[in-house]
Amino acid sequence: MTRPTPLRHERFGRRVLIATAAGAAFATIPRAARAEADTVRVGYIRWTEPRSAISLLDRPPQDIGLAGAKLATRDNDTTGRFMNQQFELLEVPFRADDDPVTALATLTGNGFTLILVDVPADRLLTLAGADKGVLLFNVGAPDDALRQQACRDNVIHVAPSRSMLADALAQYLVWKKWSRWVLAHGSHSEDALLADSYRRAAKRFGARIVKELEFKDTGGARQTDSGVVQTQQQLPVFTQGLPDHDVLVAADENGVFADYLPYRTWDARPVAGSAGLRPVSWDPSSESWGGTQLQDRFIRMAHRRMTELDMQAWTACRMIGEAASRSASADPAKITQEIKGADFGVAAYKGQRLTLRDWDWQLRQPILLSDGRNIVSVSPQPGFLHQVTQLDTLGIDRPESRCRLR
Amino acid sequence: MRRRSHAWQFAGLLLATMSSPASADTAYVTNERDNTMSVVDLEQMKTVKTVSVGQRPRGITMTSDFSKILVCASDDDTIQVIDADTLRIVGNLPSGPDPETFVLHVSGNPLYVSNEDDNIVTVIDVPARKVIAQIPTGVEPEGMAVSPDGQTIVNTSETTNMAHFLDYKSRKMVAGVLVDARPRGAMFKHDGSEVWVSAELGGTVSVIDPAQHVVTHRISFDVQGLRAETIQPVGIQFNRDDSTAFVALGPANRVAVIDTKNYKVKKYLLVGQRVWQMAFTPDQKYLLTTNRLSNDISVIDVASLNVVKSIQVGRLPWGVVVSPK
Repeated sequence: MTRPTPLRHERFGRRVLIATAAGAAFATIPRAARAEADTVRVGYIRWTEPRSAISLLDRPPQDIGLAGAKLATRDNDTTGRFMNQQFELLEVPFRADDDPVTALATLTGNGFTLILVDVPADRLLTLAGADKGVLLFNVGAPDDALRQQACRDNVIHVAPSRSMLADALAQYLVWKKWSRWVLAHGSHSEDALLADSYRRAAKRFGARIVKELEFKDTGGARQTDSGVVQTQQQLPVFTQGLPDHDVLVAADENGVFADYLPYRTWDARPVAGSAGLRPVSWDPSSESWGGTQLQDRFIRMAHRRMTELDMQAWTACRMIGEAASRSASADPAKITQEIKGADFGVAAYKGQRLTLRDWDWQLRQPILLSDGRNIVSVSPQPGFLHQVTQLDTLGIDRPESRCRLR
Repeated sequence: MRRRSHAWQFAGLLLATMSSPASADTAYVTNERDNTMSVVDLEQMKTVKTVSVGQRPRGITMTSDFSKILVCASDDDTIQVIDADTLRIVGNLPSGPDPETFVLHVSGNPLYVSNEDDNIVTVIDVPARKVIAQIPTGVEPEGMAVSPDGQTIVNTSETTNMAHFLDYKSRKMVAGVLVDARPRGAMFKHDGSEVWVSAELGGTVSVIDPAQHVVTHRISFDVQGLRAETIQPVGIQFNRDDSTAFVALGPANRVAVIDTKNYKVKKYLLVGQRVWQMAFTPDQKYLLTTNRLSNDISVIDVASLNVVKSIQVGRLPWGVVVSPK
């Protein structure tokens, strides 16, 4: 039934050490101490089903996410040299018909209990329930349910939730006084959830959805050789006869139609959401707060640009590395304790320390608003106040949380 | 007795103050966004000249005789040598890739450069314009400091979150001290008894005993009406008798004035936006701060602890150095 799961073993410790040392008057901890370095083991259950995208430019790379984890492992290893720690990354590729429990057992059987997970929400819950002794880092699933009624004490959410992304965009649109929205959502269940997040965001921040549209996914290929002729006729009609609005907000998580909207709408209105101005956890154009260094490092290693999923995996791995150096330990129990501790935070090129919400284990983070070329703005926006931290104006805040961690 | 470390330009401090009045001081400011260096006349308190330099100029310092200005042109992967009289670029130092900042040894040579993209510190013989060594360090090396006795070099690494201690003679890493998130600046007291390290995202300054390599104090900041996350310490300076420390707090737009006896903040001075690096005038009458987002430098009167002037420079000013000439 389930295919044997291939293992890809990434062991960077010594190789990186040697690479950095080459041609340099090298000096660090004595070799003997290195040999006994504590090993921090990080697993990665990685979704490898094909991901679709309208634009050729957005065609997902084979190693999406994984490259971020690899870079963070290198970064952790550089730090580890000074802490007598080394990091090991083990990837388990995962497809739709694979058994989550088997994939998990592959890792735990090899002593990997700190595990990055990029799988859909239902599989994530199976993983979390299968072994309470592991700590999972959700780097892919944006579902609010995972942070609400279905939250789990052994799941850290590094990926921002749909509501955080929607709130980030909403704050900017409201700040811009573009408060009359048309909401165009796709026909997939994820699109319905994302549309819910935009409805909630509109209500919270004082925008108004003047009309909703549904774009039905009738299947078929995305961009094709002559497809451009059809979309030119199809999209204006789809957006014809709308009430007066400032912006068209698209909720299309599967890349079915949103990228066709800009320049093809009936009215001359900007597009935001899943196309146009997009709320993202990372963008290869982000250069603020030292971002250039990370982008350079990533491109040098992966020979491509750094995506959101790469950043989410990088951040999760760095959280483990940071906890290992703060606790001076490679023991997964100590690392878990450190990560869940009140003082824990991680730097991820967002201008402030990212910390965890202790009510649902969601990583607080500023959200970048990208036009695909540059960062237009970073939310939270000025003026949206909060009694604890402005970052908690994004997503589900403590008083409204339905999460009971268990 | 040797007196200076990081802002090594004060090596010639006593001589400088005796030989020339403060009013003749000139400040040089790197403008990261403009690829220029502003020349500020501190008598007139205004920018008198703007000089084109390499791409993305950041770290800036001067040779001990104040004849040359050294500028990290980060995106050109070089350090430019600028003649202080003619303001012409007279040479380049082989800095290694993406030099961000540097410190000159107290003896005037060599120069220690942090190569942010490559996790190394490059050691350069300045007169010979040659790389002597490259020392591996943590991820994204940043701040550099030399102990007053010249025996220890400290380098901070932003993503490793450490202050690394390098031995001058052996050029070996002797210790790594974990500090708070994203360490930026490092500065020795003149008496060498402490090295202070700022942590931009941690929001703290760690006081490190350089003999024991341990953090002995951790200084936090609290500005009324400001959220903790907007307080991001970067530059650090000590006055001559080490009694007072000044810490630039980034987007808090303030410089904290700290009593070094009890590590308490005695005053917060409101300066320009996203205050970054600082430098004293040779007589220590004034402390200058670069303010990234307001494109100016603030002039702090050190005796009265008042901000007396802001002077327009170029866009995204990064570093500042003051010459008594």
